[in-house]
Amino acid sequence: MKKENVIVAEELTKAFGDFKAVNAISFEVKKGEIFGFLGANGAGKTTAMKMLIGISKPSSGKAKVAGFDVYTQTESIKKNIGYMSQKFALYDDLTVKENITFFGGIYGLSRAKIKEKREQLISELGLEGISNKLVGSLPLGWKQKLSFSVSLIHEPKIVFLDEPTGGVDPITRRQFWEMIYKAADQGTTIFVTTHYMDEAEYCDRVSIMVEGKIEALDTPKKLKEQFKVASMNDVFLKLARNIEL
Amino acid sequence: MKTIGYIIQKEFKQIFRNKGMLPIIFILPILQLVILSNAATYEVKNIKFAYIDYDHSSTSRALIEKFNASTYFNVLTDFPSQEKASSAMLSGEVDVVLEIPNHFERNLIKEKTTDLSITINAIDGAAAGVESVYVNQIVQSFNKDVKMTILETSKKTVQPVTIEGIPSFWYNITLDYKTFMVPGILVLLVTMITLFLSGMNIVREKEIGTLEQINVTPIRKSQFIIGKLFPFWVIGMGLLTIGLILAKIIFNIPMVGSLILLYVFTSIYILVILGMGLLISNFTDTQQQAMFIAWFFMVIFILMSGLFTPIESMPKWAQIVTEFNPIKYFVEIVRMVLLKGSGFMDILPQLWKTLLYAIIMNGLAVWSYKKVN
Repeated sequence: MKKENVIVAEELTKAFGDFKAVNAISFEVKKGEIFGFLGANGAGKTTAMKMLIGISKPSSGKAKVAGFDVYTQTESIKKNIGYMSQKFALYDDLTVKENITFFGGIYGLSRAKIKEKREQLISELGLEGISNKLVGSLPLGWKQKLSFSVSLIHEPKIVFLDEPTGGVDPITRRQFWEMIYKAADQGTTIFVTTHYMDEAEYCDRVSIMVEGKIEALDTPKKLKEQFKVASMNDVFLKLARNIEL
Repeated sequence: MKTIGYIIQKEFKQIFRNKGMLPIIFILPILQLVILSNAATYEVKNIKFAYIDYDHSSTSRALIEKFNASTYFNVLTDFPSQEKASSAMLSGEVDVVLEIPNHFERNLIKEKTTDLSITINAIDGAAAGVESVYVNQIVQSFNKDVKMTILETSKKTVQPVTIEGIPSFWYNITLDYKTFMVPGILVLLVTMITLFLSGMNIVREKEIGTLEQINVTPIRKSQFIIGKLFPFWVIGMGLLTIGLILAKIIFNIPMVGSLILLYVFTSIYILVILGMGLLISNFTDTQQQAMFIAWFFMVIFILMSGLFTPIESMPKWAQIVTEFNPIKYFVEIVRMVLLKGSGFMDILPQLWKTLLYAIIMNGLAVWSYKKVN
């Protein structure tokens, strides 16, 4: 059975003046897939993602997210996606509970639903003892996990994660990826950017962006075969080095 | 509606949790009102007065005594020569120098006329004008006294006829400066706090990255903006209330007109300022930029509001510019309603213009707030 495509991009481009930050990228992401979006710093990952989540207008090309057009139906897209940015984006001066309530509220969940989600989320993350503490006082790893959970609060079809594990320790990263797997098992599509190549191995398929273009796109296993190397790290280095030469 | 409620709730929590912000919102304006109202005055007092007495007669001493008796003048010293007096004025030790010429007494008695030379430091033109009037009044009253005695000694029966004008001051009968100033400063503090708070607020979310997170949610622009600005509207109204209470208790400002009318006007006026704050934050990326721009407009608005200097004495083009100054309308209304007891029909023109201003400002602000770049 062929699964439906939830993200389709065709020749998607974003130009700032003459500089093409994202240069005609095309790809599809299937429902329930963990799609790794790889690239060096400045390769255009975040810019591409911003077009897909409806906060940046593409210069040209086509794209549909959850069946909605990125030019005209951005608000419908926003109802169906979750987003966690590189910058930690919960409110430091609100407590864990208040943050959950606030984001639940602006996604339009009912009061009862917010309460249910809040309790479920706090117990899943094991934050019972500190749910009334300001988020600003939590360690980074906890914040990131909380942030991810909050991005799933309205049960979106797709969740976009922009370098979600930047700056956290290996154990927390491990736990974080367990959370990602769990969400994917429940049918949520995961679109994740990272530059940790070991994380790339966890993805169902990965694309590697170099200077605005997608230079490779396949399962990690096939990419390693194609480039005849042992790890994703080497795949990445080979691609990046080709460009430098 | 429910969504707006969540934002308002969040904003209030953040405002009251910000320990650095609370004193700025509530204590600073109070200090401002108390200090500025006492300090910002057109009355010129403690004028540094010096004299050069070449005459050394009883008449010249009597004249100096007159200045000494005045509460406006601080008679500092006498100078032996013009040069000494000039250098003292250069160094700022004295503001007014009275030069009494030789034979002052003799000329006054024999020729019934004499000259006095008065030098006034006029760097501050307004103060110099006031000082000149004071000096004139004292010399005039002194001169009249002298004439009276002269008249008596010459045994003439003719009485000098003097026509005296009796000024009638309306609305501020005692000419109390604070009655005029306190309502104006009330305007300042309501305006400054609401403009800066609203201007900083959304930029701050831009800086910490939460605004992007908000933009990725399906929240509507209008919901977000109303939810963001409403708390500051409440704070503005609260500041007005605190200011009015202080004005009554500390300065005993007359409140002749309807306070309800004042509140109605203020509620619209604050919308103008909030719209302006939002507009500024839409076009800036950091709080610093927003602060500078807010200051720029604030200074122009204050200086051209008629708060300190009357608009009638500005050049024509400047008077036209003031038509676009919301603070001008608020200053006018506060003074009209509090001091004159103006009614609804009297303030209608200002009310209309402010309402129109509010609609335009907020329209622009909502339009320029972009969820998609």
